[in-house]
Amino acid sequence: MPFYVSPEQAMKDKADYARKGIARGRSGVVIQYDAGILFVAPNPSGALHKISEIYDRIAFAAVGRYNEFENLRKAGVRYADMTGYQYDRSDVTARGLANWYAQVLGSIFTESNKPFEVELVVAEVGESPATDQIYRITFDGSVAEEHGYVAMGGQADRVAAVLKDHYADGLSLVQALGAAIAGLSGNGEELTASGLEVGILARDRVHRTFRRLTGSRLELLLTEAKGQG
Amino acid sequence: MGSAFFGEKFTSMCLNAGSSSFADLVASCAPDLLPGAAAAPDPAAAAQLPHGTTIVAARFADGVIMVGDRRATAGNMIAQHDIEKVFRSDDFSCVGIAGVAGIGLELVRLFQLELEHYEKLEGRTLSLEGKANRLSAFVRGNLSAAMQGLFAGFDEDASQGRIFSYDATGGRYEERPFHAVGSGAVFARGALKKLYTEGLAEQDAVLVCMQALYDAADDDSATGGPDLARQIYPVVAVITADGFRRLTEAEAGEYARAVVEERMSSPGGPVAPLRPPAEG
Repeated sequence: MPFYVSPEQAMKDKADYARKGIARGRSGVVIQYDAGILFVAPNPSGALHKISEIYDRIAFAAVGRYNEFENLRKAGVRYADMTGYQYDRSDVTARGLANWYAQVLGSIFTESNKPFEVELVVAEVGESPATDQIYRITFDGSVAEEHGYVAMGGQADRVAAVLKDHYADGLSLVQALGAAIAGLSGNGEELTASGLEVGILARDRVHRTFRRLTGSRLELLLTEAKGQG
Repeated sequence: MGSAFFGEKFTSMCLNAGSSSFADLVASCAPDLLPGAAAAPDPAAAAQLPHGTTIVAARFADGVIMVGDRRATAGNMIAQHDIEKVFRSDDFSCVGIAGVAGIGLELVRLFQLELEHYEKLEGRTLSLEGKANRLSAFVRGNLSAAMQGLFAGFDEDASQGRIFSYDATGGRYEERPFHAVGSGAVFARGALKKLYTEGLAEQDAVLVCMQALYDAADDDSATGGPDLARQIYPVVAVITADGFRRLTEAEAGEYARAVVEERMSSPGGPVAPLRPPAEG
């Protein structure tokens, strides 16, 4: 006969388990700049992504357990493509996707023994910075709307504190990248282009606005970002 | 989401689908949304539905060009003067459909999403052959619409433009170096045969296709010629190593006006030399 475990205790155990799992991984940053939204995550792999395109103006960033957030990323692409096919491309919104992720993560958290050890950000670039939308979704299905910047992952609080000092409305891409690097390289380590995954949602592009920044373009931006200290 | 469609079953499919195909996803969670899901109209009724007509494509030195006229017909009526039948399918390919327009346009929309969906899920684009094969299955799935299609793209592996044509059964045939489908295709192909040469520059290749389309419109009532009065010109898609580009209305208009201008004095268009040029 199983021992009785109170619902409070069961939920607390699951939450602790998920938090510990997430805390072991690296952090990630999503930050607004004048011409779009920037996504930065330390990632030594060039093939296993933490940052991805979801739809025309929507991208996704995640930290935690790779197989779990990769599955959620693919599910999000399916949700978005299906919504856009059934209605219209303009009917796919970050708000809808964030709510859907919240439902999915919420039911996984309550119904399965092992919660997902992930934290997600869904961001949509608007016509102007004021209409940009950034949502953070945690392992238990909580959603928070963020403005300006958001840090996630193990060191989220410490990274967010650094970002708070560096962030202002209307940063350039180089300045925003500088702020993200400052936040992520807290342990005195040097972040280089090969160890970073960087993507943008570029406001002025038409149709699919997501682009990865890699290679020499990224190196140049990093040099400029570090140069301005 | 208010709709049962986005319920538990859909969520489970999104999380557990094993395939990177968008069409497979639609088939499993909302099959009624697929073009061709409804019963085919009887042939007499189908003849009264809007039909898209002639599309031509030709390789040139840097890639491939596809041009489509703008007319849709329903029986003996003109259903639309400015329909578009040539579409970008992704950064390096385009597709043109002749046949029942309603199903053709839906099929193109599904095909565009199929390519984009695969690219987003897998982090790489399909090979040109892979894209051509997918389209084959889509056309076959709509056998009753009796569509004909052209698919053209820049093959990055082979570093050249390629053209594929499709019959109603989804039969896929690679065409070299040019092809035309639709009601005016025979006339367009005749013109292409006489005007086309290997290694054309982009401007010349566009002009050849425009001439071919004019000849199709000249003899096929379902194909529309350049409509100077309404400023409606054929859709011209150019695909090179730099990707897909659709000529602006102004650019396409320039070619169209040049062709019409020439036909004012010589209605049959350019004349091909009867004998090979004398040696030396």
